[in-house]
Order: sequence, then structure tokens, then C-alpha cells
Amino acid sequence: MTALLEVDGLVKHFVAARSVFGRPTAYVKAVDGVSFTVEAGKTLALVGESGCGKSTVSRLVLRLIEPDAGSVRFEGRDLGTLSANELRAFRRHAQIIFQDPYASLNPRMTVSQILSEPLALHDLVPAPRRRERVEQLLRLVGLEPRFARRYPHEFSGGQRQRIAIARALAVEPKLIICDEPVSALDVSIRSQILNLLRDLQNRLGLAYIFVSHDLAVVKHIADRVAVMNLGGIVETADAAALFAAPRHPYSRALLSAIPVPKPQARRGRIVLEGEMPSALNPPSGCRFHTRCPYVIERCRTEIPPLLADGAGHAAACHRTAELPSPGAIVPADGGFSPVLEKLVAAFSGGTEGARRGGVDISVTRPSAV
Amino acid sequence: MTESPLIEIEGLRVVFHGDDGRTTHAVDGVDLSVANGATLGLVGESGCGKSVTSLAVMGLLPRRSAEVSGSIRFDGFDLLDIPDDTLRDLRGNRLAMIFQEPMTSLNPSFTIGDQIVETILRHRGGSRRQARERAIELLRRVHIPSPEKRIDEYPHKLSGGMRQRVMIAMALACDPRLLIADEPTTALDVTLQAQILDLMRELKAASGAAIILITHDLGVVAEVCDEVAVMYAGEIVERAPVDELFANPQHPYTVGLLGSIPRLGRRASHLATIEGMVPNMTNPPAGCRFAARCPFVVEACIAAPPPLAIVSAGHASRCIRAPLERLVS
Repeated sequence: MTALLEVDGLVKHFVAARSVFGRPTAYVKAVDGVSFTVEAGKTLALVGESGCGKSTVSRLVLRLIEPDAGSVRFEGRDLGTLSANELRAFRRHAQIIFQDPYASLNPRMTVSQILSEPLALHDLVPAPRRRERVEQLLRLVGLEPRFARRYPHEFSGGQRQRIAIARALAVEPKLIICDEPVSALDVSIRSQILNLLRDLQNRLGLAYIFVSHDLAVVKHIADRVAVMNLGGIVETADAAALFAAPRHPYSRALLSAIPVPKPQARRGRIVLEGEMPSALNPPSGCRFHTRCPYVIERCRTEIPPLLADGAGHAAACHRTAELPSPGAIVPADGGFSPVLEKLVAAFSGGTEGARRGGVDISVTRPSAV
Repeated sequence: MTESPLIEIEGLRVVFHGDDGRTTHAVDGVDLSVANGATLGLVGESGCGKSVTSLAVMGLLPRRSAEVSGSIRFDGFDLLDIPDDTLRDLRGNRLAMIFQEPMTSLNPSFTIGDQIVETILRHRGGSRRQARERAIELLRRVHIPSPEKRIDEYPHKLSGGMRQRVMIAMALACDPRLLIADEPTTALDVTLQAQILDLMRELKAASGAAIILITHDLGVVAEVCDEVAVMYAGEIVERAPVDELFANPQHPYTVGLLGSIPRLGRRASHLATIEGMVPNMTNPPAGCRFAARCPFVVEACIAAPPPLAIVSAGHASRCIRAPLERLVS
């Protein structure tokens, strides 16, 4: 099976300081040799802490910014070689949803305008039929078609994120990059959006690159996970394999740090000492060595390669073979008691399709308009 | 309870009067108490009134627009009924607060040392030298490396996690009896969050202070709290010891919240969702405020506001249908 998206050796350094003559004197090595593939209809999660380069990768994939080196191939075509027109055509197939639904919608456009713009730009739907398509899109994301004439400020955060999703879906893409799509939302709204993303994937066969720092969310939505630290991927594996037995010390630390909704959950937490080093001046050798509890001399000098086993589980660590077994690193937060399971089920009944968006906005509007 | 609680909030109401003449009932009859050395988690989603409750305790709500009533007894005082001078003596001294945003809660034009020293001098007096030594000691306690050097740095030179440590050091400067932490780890990465939570646990054990932890993250609550109060639309809808709340929630809203977080140990194809929206607090509904979103709603829920009633020892729920287990068996 050929992958939908193949990313190979992507590098992006931003100039951080210049000399008086304008010559760059310092670089932030935001992305430093990142490779991965995304298959059609699947979800790859890019995980890591602030500043690890995960958002830069997502922008490089769409060629919103130009890479310094490396290539991105979409359905076998190298994006780097595309002309401006070809690039625009490519954008029809790959879309992005941003974190902040308050900043990503133009406040001066109605929902209808926001959703018809991509249709007009790519000349997908003739003008007379656009209204119908907009209504269809709104229904698809669980909003009522009559919302089309409203402005973004009339909606709550969760509803705005639905509009952003509808805008991405308007051009019938094959790939959507979701850059922290639920981080700005409240817990109960978050679950609605996650369910929606999953429904849409099943119905439309979308592939997602899901950029997130929230590992519980990632476990819920991803098929494959790539863990990033300081511009590089340190571990990549199928989600089930990664969460069952993380290999890289950084992945282990990340997983062990998740607070779990179960009091007295016993586990071996690895609390990392110190702070993430600056990407301006990343450590030599393994970039994690300054915080790694298993560091040896070799880690300080030699960069560990990302080596995969037969099952496609790869880790970039000199000591993978010698590390203690992951044991109870991923906290067992258990399930619910049978009674609680039934009570929770009452909250997921009959939420398919339009009913989900059957929220009467007249009650929920933040202010009188 | 044998010992009288450190802080006792009774019938707290906060009404905001907007410039447009509309009133918003942000907090509507909240009763809470925290014992010495205990940690209470105050949980809820945006706009439920959890932060306003804490600001009312600290006396930080704007006088002009916020009307606060009820009583907050702390250490022999009623915080809602004391002169400003007395409140200022308490604040930063026996009452301290940590805010969510470590980027904006430090003054950028003073060194972190100046800011900690100011607190110490204001409440403890003594010489500047002694205060500085104490500040270094505090920075060491919150695990800031080489505190002798860091003390003279400006906030912009510190990372988010470091700033939050400085905030904690400042809050601890006068050994507070009560520490209010409003989403102290929300702006931080997960590994830093783990560090800060560990630190808070450690400091609580060392100082015996009581903590009110405000958060929307039930995982954080499970890790550090002894007791939990769940807020919804300005009211406390459920209150229980932490184990009890997670094992045996008795308010439908709590059930919905628990079901809507993705769990590592439970692969559900669909998460629970709480349909609908928080009611408009300008004109809250007459009956149960959660009724419009509740799958267990009956006629009586809409008729009259439900009381916060005891379901079992130490466990109270504002739901007339509790105990909930009989609804599904």
C-alpha cells in the first residue's frame, strides 16, 4: 500500500539573530530531520511538549512555510516542485484546523461566506448550488443550516470549531491537519468534537495528522503516534504498541506524567528534572540527554538513529535494549464500575447526525444581538 | 467534623451588574468548608463560577460591578465584613493565591527577588537582607536551580514552569494557612505539570496548609485532592471525598464529565457528550439548572430547584433522582 503522505528528512531552521550586516548568527532548529508517512483514512498523532516543533511540521506539510531541506510527497507527488497554481490545487486535498476557534474565523464574514469561499476558490460547486452545499456542510458537522447567516461571534467555542471543521471539509480533502483542535475547549465540548472528528473519518475516509500534547486524547483518536522532542522524532509506533510499551525514555516520561482520573492510581512516575533545552542551542548527541534518567557517556556525543523493529515500532535511543521494562508506566486508570458504565451510556444515547447539533442557539447566544 | 474548619463559606452569592443594566448571577448560594491541611478540588467548566468564588474569598472582585453577599469565615474573621486594611494584612500572609497565567501574574519590571522580598517586608518586616535570604530559601524550596543567581533575574528570562514556581514561592512567603490555586498547571506542559503537582503535594505535607485547587481537569483532582466540589452554573451540584466521587458519582453532570474524558485504560469508540449548553446566568432556569442537558430529567426536576442533599456520609448531591444507581438497574 502506498502512503497518502510521505515526509522525508524535513528540516526547518528559523533565523533567531542577525549580525549588523544582516547575516544570520543564530538559528532555532525547529524541525531537524523529520520523516513519517500517513496512510489514507488513518490518523497519525504528533505528540510533544511546547516548542518541540510539532506545529512547524504541520505547516511544512501544507507548504505554508518552505522547508530548508527534505521533501513532502502527497500521493507520490513532491510538493516542493509544484508551481503556485499546482500548489493551490493541492490545497484542495489537504486542509488544516487550528487550535483557537476564536482567531481562525474571519469575524466580518458570515458562516455562509466562510463556507462558500473555498467552494468558489476551487470552483467546486456552481454559484447557484452553493447555498445548498453550505447547508449540507453545516448538517455534516452537527449544526443547523439556519446558522448560515450568522457571524462567528454568535457562536460558542465548540460551535466555532465545528464551523472550522466544516470549512476544512468544504473542499472534500483527503487529509486534514488538526493542530490542537480541542485544547481550547471545555471537557464536555472536547468530547463532542473528538466524536465528530472520528465520525467524519469513518464516513468520509479522511486521514488526519493530529497535533497534540494531550496523550489521553491521542490514545483515543490515533492509529499511529510519533513522539517529538526538540525538532526530532524520538519514537514512532502504532498507538496501541506505544501506549502498551513505550521504549524511549522521553515517551515514558510523557506517559507517566499524565494525571489520570483515578485517585490512588499506583504507578512509577518518572518526573523529569529541569527544563526543556532551547532549540536555539540544542544539546549535542541525543537531544534528550540533559533530562534523561538513563543517560550514559555515549548519549552526550553520538546522535542515536531512529531504528525500527519488524513491527514498525521505532525508537531513537542508544539504550533501548538495556532499559528496564516499561512496567506500570502507563497508569491503569481502570474502567468504570458496571453501574457507572450504564449511567455514562445514558450520555451517549441517540447523538448521531443532526440531533447532535440540535442546540437551540437562541438560548446559548452569549449576548443579545 | 470534630475540628472546626479553617475556612467556611456560607450562602456565597456574587451578582455582576453589567454596564448595560443586566445582572449575571455568577455564584448563587455556595456553601463550602475546608479543614486544616486538607485539599479541596473545585471543579467545573468555563463560566461555572469557580474562579469567581475564589476571587470573592480573596476580596479581589471589583467593588463597582460585583455584589457579594453571604459569609466567608476564615481564622475568626468574616472576610466579607472586614476593613480593607485587615484584608490586606491577611492577603499574601495567611491567605495566598496562585493564578493560572504565570506569564502575566509577575510584574515584568521588577526582578523576581524584589517581588518576593516586597511580600515578606510587607507582612513580616525585618531587614531587607533577612528578607532576601528568606526569598533565596523559598526559591530553593520550590526547586529553582542556583537560587542565589536566579533571584536577581527578571520574569522574562524564566520559562513558564519556572515562573509558576516563583509564583508558588511568593505565595508561600509568609506560610499561608490557606492557598488558593486557580488552574495552576493548565498553562504548562504535561511534564512540567507533573513537577508542579509533586511540588504542591510536597509543600502541603511540609507546611500543613489547606489548599483550594480550582481546575477543570479531573485527572489533576484525582492526583492531589482529598475532597471535591463540582460546580455547575453558579452552584455546587455535588460534593464528596475524592475516591467516592470518582467511584460513585451521584449527580448526572459529574457522570457526564467523567464519561467525556478520554481514558487511557478504556477504549471507547465514542465518548460521552453532554448535549446542549450552560444556561444563561442572566436569567437562570427556575428548576434544576442541569435539567435541559440531563438524560435522567423528569417533570419534578423542572418544577423546583433541587436542594443539595446528603446521599451518604460526606457525600451530597443536588439531584432529586439520586441515588442514581436505581435509574439503571
